[in-house]
Amino acid sequence: MVQGLSRELIALRVARELREGMVVNLGIGLPTLVSNFLPPDEQILLQAEDGILGYGPISEADFDPDLINAGGQPVTLLPGASFFDSAASFAMIRGGHVDVAVLGGLEVSERGDLANWYLPDRGGGSIGGAMDLACGARRLIVAMTHTAPGGRPRIRRSCEYPLTAAGVVDLIVTDLAVIEVHPEGLLLTEVAPGVAPDDVQSRTEPVLRRSPALREMEL
Amino acid sequence: MIDKVFPTPDDALHDLPDGATIMFGGFVSAGSPSNLILALRRRGTKRLTGIANNIGLGDMLDVLCEERQLAKFIATFAIRASGARSSRFEEQYRRGEVELALVPQGTFVERIRAGGAGIGGFLTRTGIGTVVEEGKQVVSVSGVDYLLELPLRADFALIKAYRADRLGNLQYRRAGRNFNPVMATAADVVIAEVQEIVEPGEIDPEDVGTPGVYVDRVVRCEPVPIRWQG
Repeated sequence: MVQGLSRELIALRVARELREGMVVNLGIGLPTLVSNFLPPDEQILLQAEDGILGYGPISEADFDPDLINAGGQPVTLLPGASFFDSAASFAMIRGGHVDVAVLGGLEVSERGDLANWYLPDRGGGSIGGAMDLACGARRLIVAMTHTAPGGRPRIRRSCEYPLTAAGVVDLIVTDLAVIEVHPEGLLLTEVAPGVAPDDVQSRTEPVLRRSPALREMEL
Repeated sequence: MIDKVFPTPDDALHDLPDGATIMFGGFVSAGSPSNLILALRRRGTKRLTGIANNIGLGDMLDVLCEERQLAKFIATFAIRASGARSSRFEEQYRRGEVELALVPQGTFVERIRAGGAGIGGFLTRTGIGTVVEEGKQVVSVSGVDYLLELPLRADFALIKAYRADRLGNLQYRRAGRNFNPVMATAADVVIAEVQEIVEPGEIDPEDVGTPGVYVDRVVRCEPVPIRWQG
């Protein structure tokens, strides 16, 4: 039995990828948790598809229906925040003005294809802003559990579920590992504490190359 | 004297016919024209095609499924991958009682923008290599493939703003903008629900988010407190 990271610790590890001055869009679900772990001394601008740049922590106090993130959660505003309409919001996204998007994933292929909007088992799902974010963000990080409930690997040679976008994923952060997507394939760079590289490989469909600098995640 | 003010949301919808195509502004709870949607529910108009970012997610639109007023819906988010909770819309969709077209959100808003701006279509990378590509023309520009996406218009747009004057100038508030100013340009009849109606000039021209030229009717309503519980 391999014990992987909690959802919070996956989010914490993703947050380590973010740097001062970056414009970042956090997808619905696990990625939303990343906002709890942003480096306190660095200014990172969170973008929400519904038309906010520079929102702050989620707050249930003084709920304002006109001040929500893309997941419908009430958020606060940081100094320097701005509002804009949806056409401007997606011009920002498609036009390459968002440095990093963090999205959840159902499957990622070794070529960096992402499937995250439709779950065939349930026969349901919606596209929302995911396709535009996947195509438009300068860097795409996928945060997900390494395997689906039941143990099916989410990192696959090819995605079986309908794609969100092809060849777009740059980095995969899971409860077991950090994996970079390169033109020559997947590169295992970090493993979760107590997890062996072989444990990661046995739960991953394609072969992972191991980085010479492969190390344990620092959390 | 130009006066676009209507006394009630029901009056503002007086000529909305069966079979109409209607855009609804709003993103989940933000900027959603709940009073106009409730008036449409009371009106009982049937065989409608709805166009909105979402339905059944912290919005009032699911009430239009109570008496099956919708024949078709165009949205970016309507069916959840997680089975936690189903909307009426989702139940009707799964029974084949209502048609759904899912559109990526950036493409959705840009199609509406094109529809309102006299643009015959636009090219986007979004959707290339996915089911969104099916049936669409792929255009290669400088070696990069794009999808040709076509404009979207409606007979009516029901939108929400913060304030209006009788000329139809609208001021928005916070993330309540979202699709509202874009949809205001892309329908034959544009009806805005607002929290306050003020005298012309009280909205600083610098703060007008939608110029009155786009707006046909305004109606003052108490905001409906809605909140998505996930």
